[in-house]
Amino acid sequence: MSAYPPIADYAIIGDCRSAALISRDASIDWLCLPRFDGPSVFTALLDQQRGGRFRIAPTGPFEVTRRYVDGTNVLQTTFRTPDGAVRVTDLMPVADEETKTRELWSEHEILRRIEGLEGQVEVEVYYEPRLDYARTPICLRAHPQGALIAEDGSRVLLMRSDIPLTIEAGGRLARARPVVRTGDSLLLAWSFTQGWPAVMPAEGAHALRQIDGTIAWWRAWSDQCTYDWEFRDIIVRSALTLKLLTYAPSGAIIAAPTTSLPEHIGGVRNWDYRYCWLRDASLTLRALLDLGYNVEGEAFLSWLLHATRLTRPKLQILYDVYGEARLPESELDHLEGYRGSRPVRVGNKAAEQVQLDVYGEVADAVHQYVIRGGRIDRATGRLLVGLGNTVTKMWRDPDEGIWEPRSGKHQHTHSKVMCWVALDRLIALHDDGHLKAPVDAYRRERDEIRRVVEAHGWNASLESYTSALDMPVVDASLLRLAFCGFADPRGERMRGTRRAIDRQLTKNGLVYRYFFDDGLPGDEGAFGICSFWAVEACALSGNFEEALAWFERLLSYANDVGLFAEEIDPDTGEQLGNFPQAFTHVGLINTALTLARLAGRPQEQPAGRKEGKI
Amino acid sequence: MNVGSILLAGFAATILMTTMMAASQGLGYTRMSIPFLLGTIFTASRDRAMVFGVIVHTIDGLLFALLYGGLFELFGSATILVGAGMGVLHGLFVLTVGMLIIPGLHPRMVSEYYGPTPNRMLQPPGFLALHYGRGTPVVTLLAHVLYGAMLGGLYRV
Repeated sequence: MSAYPPIADYAIIGDCRSAALISRDASIDWLCLPRFDGPSVFTALLDQQRGGRFRIAPTGPFEVTRRYVDGTNVLQTTFRTPDGAVRVTDLMPVADEETKTRELWSEHEILRRIEGLEGQVEVEVYYEPRLDYARTPICLRAHPQGALIAEDGSRVLLMRSDIPLTIEAGGRLARARPVVRTGDSLLLAWSFTQGWPAVMPAEGAHALRQIDGTIAWWRAWSDQCTYDWEFRDIIVRSALTLKLLTYAPSGAIIAAPTTSLPEHIGGVRNWDYRYCWLRDASLTLRALLDLGYNVEGEAFLSWLLHATRLTRPKLQILYDVYGEARLPESELDHLEGYRGSRPVRVGNKAAEQVQLDVYGEVADAVHQYVIRGGRIDRATGRLLVGLGNTVTKMWRDPDEGIWEPRSGKHQHTHSKVMCWVALDRLIALHDDGHLKAPVDAYRRERDEIRRVVEAHGWNASLESYTSALDMPVVDASLLRLAFCGFADPRGERMRGTRRAIDRQLTKNGLVYRYFFDDGLPGDEGAFGICSFWAVEACALSGNFEEALAWFERLLSYANDVGLFAEEIDPDTGEQLGNFPQAFTHVGLINTALTLARLAGRPQEQPAGRKEGKI
Repeated sequence: MNVGSILLAGFAATILMTTMMAASQGLGYTRMSIPFLLGTIFTASRDRAMVFGVIVHTIDGLLFALLYGGLFELFGSATILVGAGMGVLHGLFVLTVGMLIIPGLHPRMVSEYYGPTPNRMLQPPGFLALHYGRGTPVVTLLAHVLYGAMLGGLYRV
């Protein structure tokens, strides 16, 4: 098996419709087009041999440092060699809509600029695209206008470059070995078009303008971040990452841009995360709104409420970026998987699961929006009441629960509590005049849920709430009972639950989600967001200093450019699972917001500051 | 052409088509709502958009009925089959060309090339309006076939 870079070696660039992962040796190893869940064009991430990549790196030994240009999603990789230093700047160009109406832009474009900083360095440019997850053969040929072109059906890949690339291996790849000297500036512009006449990628002064414009656009966006307490740099990086995982045409936010990065190296816990989980709703919305990103928050909420129309009044747990509910899962047997972790899956069968917590997440998201001054129209009100009615009928049913195990349904405590949250928030929305709901029935059911959870979701010998009713095990989702208004974070029951989770699920400050059998072989790492929840619960219980130190420790697990995967191995600190993971960054932001509030520096926007309506 | 007759048939056919599409939407086959798409040209209010949209869609239905009437006269025949055939062409045109150009014409709809500027606007329908649900092409085509068939059945040349 070829050497795979650690997951934490990757950084992300994107244009809010698709995203590329770039390794520390400036290799684009993952890019799906025309949108996040489209088939990949570079797949080395999941198969170093046959996946295909677009790499720019010195031919000799080198040391690497990386950074994002401040306040942007423009990546700079600097290589230092015995003979000199070069810098590679990578970006997917972005601009405001007005600019795009003045100039003709490629449908999808990547710009790569190589600059000589010191001495002279021989670099290799290696370009090997592979369509359809490396299943479709491709043949590169020279385009009359000095570009490289590859076509397949309605798809066209174009590469324009200051560096003459030689086509090799019968058109399978192209390569060049230029020597870059101090002051040199070389550009490679790459574009992908599907179903339209291709627009040639930018070159020369136009490309440089696009780079400057992209930096300016991202800086203007990150300057809108209203957060002004400690940890601002990592908060802004998390916000920029969340933004990259937003699908701008619909407002949806995907969980991660990758599929099948393993939760256990060599194992089978490899899932496709290029979809939108409703579970992330209330936490994501809170993060966006409290950082000052009202329009993104409203767009996401609007997508959440209206893209899910196909399945209402029931909600599925995940949808694609346009609200498609059917996401059939299949395995890509021709790929060896990241470090041999097979199968590689596309699609996600979890879409078929029943997870009752999503109703609470959606209702709470709307409530978060309204208490910050947002308004909802009558159609949205009716939709929410439909969800509430579904909850009153379904909350007694078993479900698969928040962790999506493939081992069947149980009476999950967290799901019951989130049903309580759904009814509680809908009652509040009714009481504040935002909608008309059958609140007497809602109150009755809400109180019954509490009675059931307190009676059967608590275990006296464990001194903890339990993962499922009358089942003496714990899982990390119970930490959320402290945040959602169900349990007093300083109360005995929540303190006991925290102690049990600390005892049973926490290692080196990192929290596993559970340790019971989930129907799959192998183990997994500690969950990033669970670790942030534990910090938040710790802070809310009154242990601010302990929580602050814990939070700082968790931040040290970020990679060199501030990104987190889904999981972290507590023994090695290695990042595991799909990358970068929106939910982990949402947890990071929300924990910082809670710490700021407890430190007397609340970041929440005052009610009435917003005037949006969904 | 008997204008009164074709307008009356057009009104009935539009009501049938709108009802069928609204029912399909309610049953979860599609998120497509032509009245909503039309209404949001005039207002961002979801509630008012539906009212405007139904009015505009009805007027559209009447105008298209005149076109159908003209074609019936041209062919010298108005039957359910001829009407349904015209409905197929009409539906295909809406699904392909119509859905392709609507993001460029609609003031509150983004295109698939939009971003990263955040938006609170309508999603683009995509090819065959598939972004509004897998069942959208079938529902839209069927609705237009019903529209044409009803016109063909009711109008007399």
